[in-house]
Amino acid sequence: MEDIIVVENLHKVYKMGDVDVHALRGITLTIKKGEFISVMGPSGSGKSTFMNILGCLDKPTSGRYLLEGNDISSLDKDELANIRNKKIGFVFQNFNLLSRSTAIENVELPLIYNGISSDKRSKHAKEALFMLGLDGREKHYPTQLSGGEQQRVAIARAIINKPSIILADEPTGNLDSNTSIELMEIFKRLNKDGKTIIMITHETDIAAYAERVVMFRDGKVMKEELRSKEKLHEPVSRV
Amino acid sequence: MNPLVAFRVSYRALRRNKVRSILTTLGIIIGVAAVITMVSLTQGAKKIIEEQLTSLGGNSLIINSGSRSRSGVGNSIGKKNTLSPDDAEAIRKLSTITHVSPILDTTEQVVWGNRDWFTALVGVSPDFVFINGWFPERGSFFHNEDVKNAELACVLGKTVASKLFGYQNPLGKTIRIGNISFKVIGVMSSIGQTPSGKDQDDIVLIPYTTLQKRILGVNHVDNISVSVRTSKDIPFAEAQITQLLRERHRIRPNMEDDFYVKTQLNIIERIFTISKIMTILLGSIASISLIVGGIGIMNIMLVSVTERTREIGIRMAVGAKERDILIQFLIEAVVLSLTGGLIGIVLGIVGSKISSFFTHWPTLVSFGSILLAFSFAAIVGIFFGLYPASKASKLDPIEALRYE
Repeated sequence: MEDIIVVENLHKVYKMGDVDVHALRGITLTIKKGEFISVMGPSGSGKSTFMNILGCLDKPTSGRYLLEGNDISSLDKDELANIRNKKIGFVFQNFNLLSRSTAIENVELPLIYNGISSDKRSKHAKEALFMLGLDGREKHYPTQLSGGEQQRVAIARAIINKPSIILADEPTGNLDSNTSIELMEIFKRLNKDGKTIIMITHETDIAAYAERVVMFRDGKVMKEELRSKEKLHEPVSRV
Repeated sequence: MNPLVAFRVSYRALRRNKVRSILTTLGIIIGVAAVITMVSLTQGAKKIIEEQLTSLGGNSLIINSGSRSRSGVGNSIGKKNTLSPDDAEAIRKLSTITHVSPILDTTEQVVWGNRDWFTALVGVSPDFVFINGWFPERGSFFHNEDVKNAELACVLGKTVASKLFGYQNPLGKTIRIGNISFKVIGVMSSIGQTPSGKDQDDIVLIPYTTLQKRILGVNHVDNISVSVRTSKDIPFAEAQITQLLRERHRIRPNMEDDFYVKTQLNIIERIFTISKIMTILLGSIASISLIVGGIGIMNIMLVSVTERTREIGIRMAVGAKERDILIQFLIEAVVLSLTGGLIGIVLGIVGSKISSFFTHWPTLVSFGSILLAFSFAAIVGIFFGLYPASKASKLDPIEALRYE
């Protein structure tokens, strides 16, 4: 499989007043197309910063980030927005749905910024919601949906522009264990359909759905664990 | 993002905060309504002034004999009597002229019974009343027939009437002017003093032919008073008259005029300048409320940006560019101000009708003032929407997503 993401010696330094905070201290990682990766690590280990950079929401202080062979650091803000729109789908812990928009309006959002016409938008969005078992819920507002349903709306939104990468930041963090398992099944299915999935999680049994687990500590990759297909679903060993 | 979609997104956002949106628009509504009402009121006032000017002879001019050069207008030494009644008849045929009256004046003793009074005796034609918008209060004025026959009829000014007759009715009485007996056929209404304090009612009006032939024994006239349709015609009329009289008096091109035309254009222009200043003044006072309304919009837009920080973050995460966010919030501000503008126009028209009802002024809601107020509202919306919108578009998506 070809490399979809290559990062080399990635550094990120934040200025907090007079103090420099090193969030990333030289991350080097290669992710192949169609991989399912878990990123684990204690809070403050830099995994969120790493995800923000992978998601083109932030730029590294130094180091290289190649996305499908293109160097991201040379792109301007509009081009980064374009990549977020077309190549990357985000799933957040707190769902991040527009609370005053209906499920279908939320799913349509990335299509609006992709310049898709209104009738095509609602058709695509309806299909995506149907695929995630949410048919009949199009006109519901997020508050009228359960946590699991809200996260599925968020996933529908993440995949609506057919991106190759899905970035999930603790997607099960706000869900109970049964709903979490349902959700992970959805991720597995998406992975099978060819999506590259990179997921941050605290929970070892959730991380266990991934083929590869990357452990972060103090802004560095501390350990990588490659898991054979048979061992999938077995809990990842704790750091 | 195409503008229509942006418009729909903005419209939906505004509808979610209906009360707030309406209150925000109120500033613009009041501003626009105030501008339109104020401007239409001053336009109405201007029209009234214009009408009164016309009725007071603001559309008239006077041709005097003599030259206005070197020796000066006021210097009558060597002044020749160059104007004739025929000149007046020729001027009457010009296209811009509506009324013409030859004028001669002198001073005479007028006597009735044991009372006498020394007053201005002025010979005119019946057109005189129309030129000056000054009509008899009692009785009538003399007619063209009377002028032709040099009749011994007179119309008294208010002052003369009261000096000679007190509370008695002067109509039909016979008075003596100089040595000649005249029949009183009318009394003029009162027009009061000139700005310099001369009593304009201290006058006796008789046919100019009577004054020429029976009293003064001359053939010329002192001056010719004419009126034009509106004060705007005055400059052209002046040119026409000058050309005509130069031809009639056979004045060679390098020679000076032997007459001069006096207009009240200066005064009229000054009054129009004043009313223009009033329009600008009241309009700009009203505009201040528009600006205040604009600040209200900016205030609410800033609140809205802060409130919707997370929404902005989400939109950026799914691919909104800075420009998309900027346009979204800008359109919201402009929709607010334009909606306010439209409602303000309606209220402004209603307001000027109401104030017209109470002040009895004709108010003129001009298309110009509507356009001005509306485009001003749009500019206010863009101007005061720009800062909050740019603030929104410059948000860091990571911070915005984290915002609680």
